Amino acid sequence: MSEAVIEAEGVVKRLGSGAGQVQALRGVNLKVASGELTLLMGPSGSGKTTLLSVLGCMLTPTKGTVRILGQSTARLWPGALAKLRRDHIGFVFQAYHLFPTLNAIDNVRLALDVRGERGAEAIARANAALDSVGLSARKRAFPRELSGGEQQRVAIARAIVGNPSAILADEPTGALDSENGLAVMGILADIARDPSRGVLVVTHDPRTTRFADRIVYIEDGCIVGEEKGEARREQGASPATRPAPLRFGNTLARF
Amino acid sequence: MRSKNPKQSGASLIFRLAARNLFQDKLRFIATIIGIVFSIVLVTVQLGLFLGFQTMVTTMIDHAPADLWVVSRGTKCFEDPSQLDKRDRAKALAVPDVTGAVPVIIGFTEWTVPNGGTTPVFMVGSDDGGLRPWNVVEGNVASLSEPNAVAIDRSYFERLGIRAIGDSTLIRDRKVVVTAVTKGIRSFTTTPYVFTPLDRAQTYIGASPNNISYLLVHVARGADIARVRNRLRDKLAKTEVLTPDEFRKRSQTFWLFGTGAGAALFGGALLGAIVGTVIVAQTLYSSTKDHLTEFATLRAMGSSGLYIHKVIICQALLSAVIGFGLAACVGLAIVRLTADSALPVVMTPALTAGLFLLTVVMCIASATSAIVQVMRIDPARVFKS
Repeated sequence: MSEAVIEAEGVVKRLGSGAGQVQALRGVNLKVASGELTLLMGPSGSGKTTLLSVLGCMLTPTKGTVRILGQSTARLWPGALAKLRRDHIGFVFQAYHLFPTLNAIDNVRLALDVRGERGAEAIARANAALDSVGLSARKRAFPRELSGGEQQRVAIARAIVGNPSAILADEPTGALDSENGLAVMGILADIARDPSRGVLVVTHDPRTTRFADRIVYIEDGCIVGEEKGEARREQGASPATRPAPLRFGNTLARF
Repeated sequence: MRSKNPKQSGASLIFRLAARNLFQDKLRFIATIIGIVFSIVLVTVQLGLFLGFQTMVTTMIDHAPADLWVVSRGTKCFEDPSQLDKRDRAKALAVPDVTGAVPVIIGFTEWTVPNGGTTPVFMVGSDDGGLRPWNVVEGNVASLSEPNAVAIDRSYFERLGIRAIGDSTLIRDRKVVVTAVTKGIRSFTTTPYVFTPLDRAQTYIGASPNNISYLLVHVARGADIARVRNRLRDKLAKTEVLTPDEFRKRSQTFWLFGTGAGAALFGGALLGAIVGTVIVAQTLYSSTKDHLTEFATLRAMGSSGLYIHKVIICQALLSAVIGFGLAACVGLAIVRLTADSALPVVMTPALTAGLFLLTVVMCIASATSAIVQVMRIDPARVFKS
């Protein structure tokens, strides 16, 4: 049975103050389960990114509870929240946010470097992460030498290299063409095949639903609906029995 | 641009990130380095001048063979033209363990430039065992016993209208002949020193034969100098008896702090340090601002505050090392260029080490504003940009 790697319970988030205050989340309940790729869909301004920030321990909820692997984040000081992010969450951003002065392998190593993991083992893990996203031949390339799809794959390698329990992706296909968007979603779906890891993808892109095990809809800061994704309907209830949807799955097992 | 070394180093990426952030914008990097070099050279020159001044104001005391100095009460420095009674010499010699008491007279007088006009000179009159010229490069000290003989420094030839050893002129209408030439005895006041025996100096200055400026006291080997000093104090009224160190410190205190020269030099140094700090702070701040999204990404990835601090401080230290290296080269060039001037810029190993420390402190202090800025970043901004 899938376990919740991240769980939000009655989460309220108010942003701003005084007359300009906005209630971005209104009592959200959501589970990011291991072995699942969950899509969070909703119109602009619905609270998707705020929810992602709260689940990623970058914003603290005004009310309600967020639990990472069962541990409540309430009353944790910023350093402890940073440690939670470092140890358990990998992020993938729409704008990739790679470091332009570092090559692909150093961008991936950075996720280990901030955890104090250095040396040959860190290099080997960064190499393996890049291999797993199909970038074996581009490890020394700098971001400006990579296409958008390749940059997003480096960002995914960076997100998974630390073996996090959850991957939170914010519009990962938003800046990509159709082919690259589908390739990136394929990789994320592969990652979600690992029964110890859950993936939450915030997206507008209807093409991505075929990769989802579950789709959650949000509107005006409230979860307004949830349905099984196409992947789940096609492959049956057990994600572990699903075949690899795209070509990058074979090396992901190392993570 | 690809990595030149295909082999990956397992070292932390902090240095690599810092170095590349620093070198990415070459114009800003050059501006930073120029700022540091300008600031450190300014501080070097000011402090080097201070050290040079400190040495120059005691050069006569440093070269006088005295165990004790008898000076007129209230004397502020070597150049202070206060007078002693020559009869004090006999009283000093009567003190047990005093083996010699050599009079010295100093004073300003007018040197007639052979091709017209006069120029002030500073006479130093003393006999054997007293304050005689050193670094004699032409002629010899013994030649000063010849009639009208004087010694001057080669660097003042042009100013004094002298072309070579043996040339003659007048001081206060009395003939003088240059029989010895020194090298490097320059005065920070820019007034040339002229060495001659005591009696002739008294004449040239226009002082009475009974007037002297100092007594250089020689104490018997192994004698207790403090006890001799106390006895001299008891014997000699209206005088002070100083060790060379005390006289040196008194001269330095007068010239450096009594005249405000030291404060001006320190003020200049402080200004240099402030200018440097502001320039480095400004460039580090703007560099950090340009990389805010990257720092926010680091924070989103769960990097600790310390990790980010290290990146920024590493940038500051790199700037410090490169800037100091260049500033030290410029400083050494200035030291060489001013070596033969009236007020040389002096650099000592301690000053060099101190300047390096100052550069590092200045650059790290400059990093504070950048660190504060980074710690205020909302990591959630990575979702917005």
